[in-house]
Amino acid sequence: MDDKGALARSLNTSELQFVAKEVSPNLFAMSMNTEDSLREYIRLFVKNPLVSTFGPLAKILDFVANAAPGVKEILAVGKLCWEVRERNYDIVIVDAEATGHIVAQVDAPSILSNLVQVGVIREQTKWMQEILHDHATTGVVIVATPEEMPVLETMQLLDTLQNTTKVGVSAVVANRVHDDVVQGGDVAVFDLLWQAVQLNNMTKDVSEALRAPMQLLNVATQRRQNEVGNLEQLVARSRQGGVMFMSVMDIETRDAEVVTAMTHVLKDELQ
Amino acid sequence: MSSLRTVLESGRLVVVTGSGGVGKTTMSAALGAFAASQYNRRVLVLTVDPARRLADALGLESFGNAVVEIEPSALARDGMSPAGRMFAAMIDTKASWDELIERCAPNADVRDKVLSNKLYRNLTERFVHSHDYIAMERLFEAQQSPDFDLVIVDTPPSRNALDVLDAPRRMKEFFASRLLKLLTTQAQSRLFSLAAKPFFLVADRILGARFLTDITEFFTLFRTMEDGFVKRANQVEAVLKQHDTSFVVVTTLESAPLHEAEFLIDALRVRGYSLNTVIANRVTPQALVAEAEAALSRLEMSIQDPSFVQEVVKATEDAEPSAEQISRVVSTISRRSAEAVRKGLAEQATLDVLCNRSAESQAELCICAIRSAEITRATALVALGESIHPA
Repeated sequence: MDDKGALARSLNTSELQFVAKEVSPNLFAMSMNTEDSLREYIRLFVKNPLVSTFGPLAKILDFVANAAPGVKEILAVGKLCWEVRERNYDIVIVDAEATGHIVAQVDAPSILSNLVQVGVIREQTKWMQEILHDHATTGVVIVATPEEMPVLETMQLLDTLQNTTKVGVSAVVANRVHDDVVQGGDVAVFDLLWQAVQLNNMTKDVSEALRAPMQLLNVATQRRQNEVGNLEQLVARSRQGGVMFMSVMDIETRDAEVVTAMTHVLKDELQ
Repeated sequence: MSSLRTVLESGRLVVVTGSGGVGKTTMSAALGAFAASQYNRRVLVLTVDPARRLADALGLESFGNAVVEIEPSALARDGMSPAGRMFAAMIDTKASWDELIERCAPNADVRDKVLSNKLYRNLTERFVHSHDYIAMERLFEAQQSPDFDLVIVDTPPSRNALDVLDAPRRMKEFFASRLLKLLTTQAQSRLFSLAAKPFFLVADRILGARFLTDITEFFTLFRTMEDGFVKRANQVEAVLKQHDTSFVVVTTLESAPLHEAEFLIDALRVRGYSLNTVIANRVTPQALVAEAEAALSRLEMSIQDPSFVQEVVKATEDAEPSAEQISRVVSTISRRSAEAVRKGLAEQATLDVLCNRSAESQAELCICAIRSAEITRATALVALGESIHPA
């Protein structure tokens, strides 16, 4: 929805356009463009392809698509619902816009149907709402890193979606979760070692070999402890659907490789 | 190019942008807290993001259009009172729109008709573009206010931030647009207008005559406020390009936020805005990486030496961990710190690239090290702001 080129890089393909392309067998990708969406809408529903290419009118349409409040949202959501309704794909996955905007987007058909009492669009908002409000058909997946603010924001979004829309939440994914530096009984031993280093209870050579590496790991350990606290809150709030966990990927890993690695993790999580 | 500290000490407006999830809001709050603590300035941190991150960052339950002052004692460190004062506000879109209409409406009749219009109420409460415009309106008001010396603005994630920055231009385009002219032309002449006819045929069919009438009525009212809106849009655009307005791009060193930062750096230049600082956030302290790298080869060799393990066992003998346990944990330390060092070195290479990229745009690259603790108090924000240093 908010194409920055990241999806194309992740799928190892060239720049994405409004017209979907098959990037690998049975996997298609497109980027949303509200001007193109409006042109397609007019072609489909006004059934006059000339209308959208007609000099001054084309400029008006571009303006309507990009500037008028609410139009951008309904054109984007309308396009997605259309693809679902026509069964052009078995599943449509949307990389949505920023958190602060998602509610306006999924709720756009409901808002418009309150405003418009008759006309083609009124009928269309009906089937859009049917698609969006059917929890077996549509679900929001919220992705958050396990830091304090993204977790708080996720909990607020869960509340807003539940309290102000009829759109269901299918899953919450905690992404870029770090693992424990040391595990189980070794944690106590790690702490003992660090204590000994700090108290200079060792020879200088041993202490110097351990000090900086352990300091570096202490940063990671502290971050992990913060994450655990944040994740506990997230799990408690999302208890109905549960939380899926994705481990942090190495910073050197290329985008497309990250996608492949994440696919394997997700497969395990979903089983 | 001024240093970040000079900007905080003498600038008037700082616009903080960046990709989602890079810590932009925390950074905005930290810059504000540091400036208020260090300099005798009245600092307002304003979030124009519809998400309520800033309230969370400042530990506030909630706040809206009204400006809230952060308790000075909350910013005091080591018994020292802050040199300045800190304020925070976020945008209540609906309330801000209503205030704007009250100011721009040519008379009470138009004001009341607009405020009670069903279309107006839905547009202003719900949709993103209405938020974008009002965000710029609030930014301008804050910048002009005699109550603040420095305004730091936290924007929504990057593409949306550009939408916000472009909102005044779009508002001017809207008033100059053929669409508005078509919608507000008298019905009679509209009927005979060749240009309008195809548009109304399409609009009638899609939206229905009733809704089209609602829209027409609304925009006819709205057009009476053109002068006020266009004048204000020009003023906002001018403020964004003033010499005492600075832009800050925040990024982490992961690939997606970096791509986004590069996009933003270009987009700000194209728009003629002054990018002053790029902040690389959550960077592993490079000095620590270098020390750990130097120690690692010694550690790896020592693991093979039984006397090393014995020495460690001796140092921890009160707790009596076994030699096997010690050996295993030391191996883990060696392996995991080697991974952390590799990551730190990769970050250094990325920082070098970002440093060049910033220099090309005449911006200063600053570093904010990764934090081991969450920010839960305002004093921690002050410390965070203080820790940001040039690369």
